[in-house]
Amino acid sequence: MSGFVSFFRRLEGPQTVGRGPAFWSLFAVVMMIAVAYPLFSDGYTVGNTVYFFVWVFIALSLCLIWGYGGSLSFGQTAFFGIAGYGYGVLTLNFGSAYGFTLVALVAAVAIAALFAALLGYFMFFGRIAGVFLGIVTLAVTLMLERFMAQTAGPEWHIGSARLNGFNGMSAMPPLTIPWPGEPIVLFADVGLYYFVLGLLVFVYLALRILMNSSFGNVIVAIRENPERAEMLGYDVRKYQLITFVIGAVLAGISGVLYTAWGQYITPSSMGMTAAALPLIWVAVGGRSDLTSTVVGTLVVLAAFQALTIYGSQYALVFMGVLLVLTVLIAPNGLVLGTMNWLGRLAARITQRAG
Amino acid sequence: MDIATHVFSALYQFGDAFAFLVLSACGLAVIFGMMGVINLAHGEFIMCGAYVTAATVHAGLPLPLGILAGTIISALVGVLVELAVIRHLYDRPLDTIVATWGLSLIATQGTLIMVGSTMAGVGTPFGSFQVGDYSYSIYRIVLFCAALGVLAGLYALFNWTRFGVLARATIQVPHMASALGVDTRLIYSLTFACGAGLAGLAGGLYAPTMTLVPTMGATFIMEAFVTVVIGGADVFLGTAPAGGLLAIVKSGMTSWQGQLFGQIGLLVAVIIVVRVLPKGISGFVLRERT
Repeated sequence: MSGFVSFFRRLEGPQTVGRGPAFWSLFAVVMMIAVAYPLFSDGYTVGNTVYFFVWVFIALSLCLIWGYGGSLSFGQTAFFGIAGYGYGVLTLNFGSAYGFTLVALVAAVAIAALFAALLGYFMFFGRIAGVFLGIVTLAVTLMLERFMAQTAGPEWHIGSARLNGFNGMSAMPPLTIPWPGEPIVLFADVGLYYFVLGLLVFVYLALRILMNSSFGNVIVAIRENPERAEMLGYDVRKYQLITFVIGAVLAGISGVLYTAWGQYITPSSMGMTAAALPLIWVAVGGRSDLTSTVVGTLVVLAAFQALTIYGSQYALVFMGVLLVLTVLIAPNGLVLGTMNWLGRLAARITQRAG
Repeated sequence: MDIATHVFSALYQFGDAFAFLVLSACGLAVIFGMMGVINLAHGEFIMCGAYVTAATVHAGLPLPLGILAGTIISALVGVLVELAVIRHLYDRPLDTIVATWGLSLIATQGTLIMVGSTMAGVGTPFGSFQVGDYSYSIYRIVLFCAALGVLAGLYALFNWTRFGVLARATIQVPHMASALGVDTRLIYSLTFACGAGLAGLAGGLYAPTMTLVPTMGATFIMEAFVTVVIGGADVFLGTAPAGGLLAIVKSGMTSWQGQLFGQIGLLVAVIIVVRVLPKGISGFVLRERT
């Protein structure tokens, strides 16, 4: 019992919004609804919900690097693409037998992390900060898109996997879990839904623990004042690099899940528009809090998809307007603002009652 | 093929790359160097200049006047953007990036909706000339001269005019300049308009050489950013030498392995240079001087 309580204590702290029995009961209710959801819905809608969940990982990665770490990175889409292509190349070459797709998932994410470590070394140990970091990461992302877009010829292949230029790769196998008798193939409906939901809850809770640990506090201290953090004896560059790599892992998970979900990946998933979207979700949600990011991402994605019915160009214009207005009017994010307001309201009510 | 033709070919490609880098970067560099603001909608200002130029040329104006119109319209749009958005974000540099990105999204998609997915282009003027076995476009030489002209014009503007003196004072110590009676808000507005106008000029100058699509800004934006990052905050000590250095890398890599490797070369160059000189070339030069 005491172990259980101390586990909960580690989930709460100054770096995350939401604490106490009220928050966690609400969390339990949401979880129950999420688990029961496929029972009341059809396969297509569930598959579409998985699509939303897939993007939450990349939003969390941006929340970690930008919201908590204070360095604005446009490179998340690059890691997304690298991991997505990595998964495609690995599974097209080695197939999906014996649970190899899970190995490919881990390996593809590791490739993205390695790339991030290399890029991050040059950036953070070169003391690139602020706006320059954004520009360098954006340049890397656009470069990758251009590179992948010109790989149309038959000479561009890795093993038996053709890269296919602008049309991208397709027909890679979905994720498969080895099982005695028949392996479980996670097609983009109920099976993948539970897999991704489980992964999402795990990542969310793990990030809460990480951010409320001493590591998370140092990250926030660096965001608030890098010089002071350095004077206190922390190697700012090392902490930033580690955050950057963790962020790349999360973005990579997004990339692999996206590729496995739709069984295709194209260079435009690393383009300007693709890089802008996670930024909008995180900014509108509330970049400095994990819960706001998750809620904001799901809400904005749902709104975006509803608007796309009227034409995706209009939806993108609306997203741009939403982003500009959020930055001007509610720089901390709409969801976070609402949650803080609710928190204050609850505190006032309990105060009055007590 | 003798040595002279080879040398001329290399020089021509260098000049072409230099003009592209400097013209696409100087608007961005003015805004960043003077105000510390990174304008991610820079590419869309270039697109605006190119579209206005093409539209006025279609309406019957000669090309130079069309380019002038593109420059002026972009500068006016810049004033509006500064008043509506940028002005409120001077103390939050990261948020200006995000906001200008939102603007870029609106501009790209808005143009797509209103003008359509492509616009009729303008023919490249002047024709070409022959050196050795190859023919070269005269307009590219004009672009190179235009890049030099823009640099000279900016030097004159910031060193010899009253606006230039006030702008430099505002950058060095904003509060002091404001205490001495300089309207710093107006200076910021004018500087932003100047940067936007330069972007429009780049768009107008390159309008005859490329296809006009709403996403054409993205063609310029990477080169522009790379040049500004390597150059650092100063236009003359930074952008110009950075343009020269990157033009060597780009034209060399391009003639060796093709267009894409030219761009990869740029990216590798930028990562190495920022690792060695975090404040860019101008930061290095200025530190040496003090």
